[in-house]
Amino acid sequence: MAKNIQSLERAAAMLRLLAGGERRLGLSDIASSLGLAKGTAHGILRTLQHEGFVEQDAASGRYQLGAELLRLGNSYLDVHELRARALVWTDDLARSSGESTHLGVLHQQGVLIVHHVFRPDDSRQVLEVGAMQPLHSTALGKVLSAYDPVAHTEALEAERQPFTPRTVTDAQEFEAMLDLIRARGWAADVEETWEGVAAVAAPIHDRRRMPVGAVAVTGAVERVCADGELRPELIAAVRDCARAVSRDLGAGRF
Amino acid sequence: MTDAHTTGPFIAAIDQGTTSSRCIVFDKDGRIVSVDQKEHEQIFPKPGWVEHNATEIWENVQEVVAGAIVKAGITAADVKAIGITNQRETTLLWDKNTGEPVHNALVWQDTRTDALCKELGRNVGQDRFRRETGLPLASYFAGPKVRWLLDNVEGLRERAERGDILFGTMDSWVIWNLTGGTDGGVHVTDVTNASRTLLMNLHEMQWDERILHSMEIPAAVLPEIRSSAEVYGNAKGGVLDGVPVASALGDQQAALFGQTCFSEGEAKSTYGTGTFMLMNTGETPVNSYNGLLTTVGYRIGDQKPVYALEGSIAVTGSLVQWMRDQMGLIKSAAEIETLALSVEDNGGAYFVPAFSGLFAPYWRSDARGVIAGLTRYVTKAHIARAVLEATAWQTREITDAMTKDSGVELTALKVDGGMTSNNLLMQTLADFLDAPVVRPMVAETTCLGAAYAAGLAVGFWPDTDALRANWRRAAEWTPRMDADTRDREYKSWLKAVERTMGWIEDEE
Repeated sequence: MAKNIQSLERAAAMLRLLAGGERRLGLSDIASSLGLAKGTAHGILRTLQHEGFVEQDAASGRYQLGAELLRLGNSYLDVHELRARALVWTDDLARSSGESTHLGVLHQQGVLIVHHVFRPDDSRQVLEVGAMQPLHSTALGKVLSAYDPVAHTEALEAERQPFTPRTVTDAQEFEAMLDLIRARGWAADVEETWEGVAAVAAPIHDRRRMPVGAVAVTGAVERVCADGELRPELIAAVRDCARAVSRDLGAGRF
Repeated sequence: MTDAHTTGPFIAAIDQGTTSSRCIVFDKDGRIVSVDQKEHEQIFPKPGWVEHNATEIWENVQEVVAGAIVKAGITAADVKAIGITNQRETTLLWDKNTGEPVHNALVWQDTRTDALCKELGRNVGQDRFRRETGLPLASYFAGPKVRWLLDNVEGLRERAERGDILFGTMDSWVIWNLTGGTDGGVHVTDVTNASRTLLMNLHEMQWDERILHSMEIPAAVLPEIRSSAEVYGNAKGGVLDGVPVASALGDQQAALFGQTCFSEGEAKSTYGTGTFMLMNTGETPVNSYNGLLTTVGYRIGDQKPVYALEGSIAVTGSLVQWMRDQMGLIKSAAEIETLALSVEDNGGAYFVPAFSGLFAPYWRSDARGVIAGLTRYVTKAHIARAVLEATAWQTREITDAMTKDSGVELTALKVDGGMTSNNLLMQTLADFLDAPVVRPMVAETTCLGAAYAAGLAVGFWPDTDALRANWRRAAEWTPRMDADTRDREYKSWLKAVERTMGWIEDEE
């Protein structure tokens, strides 16, 4: 039999022990059940506690399974949950920016639009929920590529089609752009996907700081930009919105 | 919401709701500046009885008003008016000399007056007062609750006849306290709240003496009926000392107002635990022969009152909760959409959630819930789809009843409430109604309606056109279903509805 890592085997045994009983267990119960010295058992428990797999009751000092285990089994954030949480904030973003807002998540090789708020000007607009956007050229796609490793791989491996003369297609240039996005915390698309259209996007994180989606403001380039630059108040509004949704999903302040 | 759009002045709206009290501060564009909210205790003394502690509610109202003002970083000088909206029909009697409630408030859901309502119907039945009030004799409404308190709280009837006792729905209680309470508080209610008492004559907008006599309610306890948008008095004490109290609207009417449904034929539907749909029917009260309620929509100052037809669906969001909590088929309410989207259609299954009978337009208390059309093919995803379709079909039944009663075809439905985040449901609604479904940009239409009415009363907004200009479309779903499919599906739904009836054989 191949040699396994003993401390991992012991940790797994501990988790099974805690999962089996209904009550919380004390250190000596755990140590004696598994035939371990108290010091060894304590070291493993402390590590598991640090990772969130085990919790210690403050009053009794006994151990129980931690919330992180539940999250592991339930790690996928439902996009409809994301939309429900984002509703108020994306409405407010559309209202304050005067432009349409979109919420996007990674889906296969692109960005799936899961929520869309109309530009508040009473013009005829069509709901774009369910539409797909490219990863490498849109503000939403670039944010996802910068923060989500899976999206990053998809964007790098795909053929980066030039939609306009401004689309970044070169791999090195693309990577440099993602570095800048990570450094600044937001992404832009100024006529890189559609002529005449500009967008700003920022990442949404869940409680484990995992990137789960992105929010963007999109509008005519002459309104989104002023004097050739993106309007700073739009960037601030998009980032505020992304932070507010992240907070609602349980992410800490950052 | 911290951006710098918030330059005054502002309107503060108080929403005294069933589970919590809230205060929202709005700016001139109708945007939310700050919110504060506090829940209060739900008291269940017996099965079917639901009460609130009115003293706790008044304390919470003061707290959330202070909270919202502080969060907005403003003072009373920045606030031009206070608007009130409230849970409807919840009934309170209090001593005007001490300001003490004589009993907990009886909440609208409380069914203790069921037997009394049957008794009051005499040989006529539940429509005895419908011509005058627009309502059936049912335990929701305030009048029978007042009678129950007078009959069951010792010595209360004598005190009431002596003129020491005041009656009010929660609007009256909040306004009386805001304007000074025992120190000169004004005792008023608005036409929308009065229209839910079973005591007001809809045509005259006055308490109906014959009904008061039948229900044995002394006129001395009644508040003065005023319009929904006028200055009732000024706040006395508290953080908003001196600010005019300038509107009151029942919550569903406030949502109609907040959705700016100011023209005949405009309708809104609020999708929460249950669903309430109101349609503006203009300056005439429309009698319903299809199980709807006739109610007052609003009245602005001394303008003519505007009436509405109302249809309610008992089980909508609560059916999704039931799928989550009782069936365990989903982990969160939002997941119903994910599950439903995993299949193309309902697989032949229809779910009629007549958990406590069928409401509008059928009113059959002998009905119980049914899932019809089951075959081996049907999966939980098809059931999830049927759950969402149930809400859409029930809305269709109400709009059909409204069209029959009013003769006005629905051109578009304005929606609000938590379930509007469900994209599949909104698309299904548009498909089943064969009309566009529109979501406005401010989801808090109830508070917004109270703020709008108060702002109109003090000239903060010049007229309803200015409010319409504030309304913003956040999303619109257009019908995509072909007529044949819609008709076939509707027929199947109606067959399923038929199968719910007559399940309970004896009402006792």
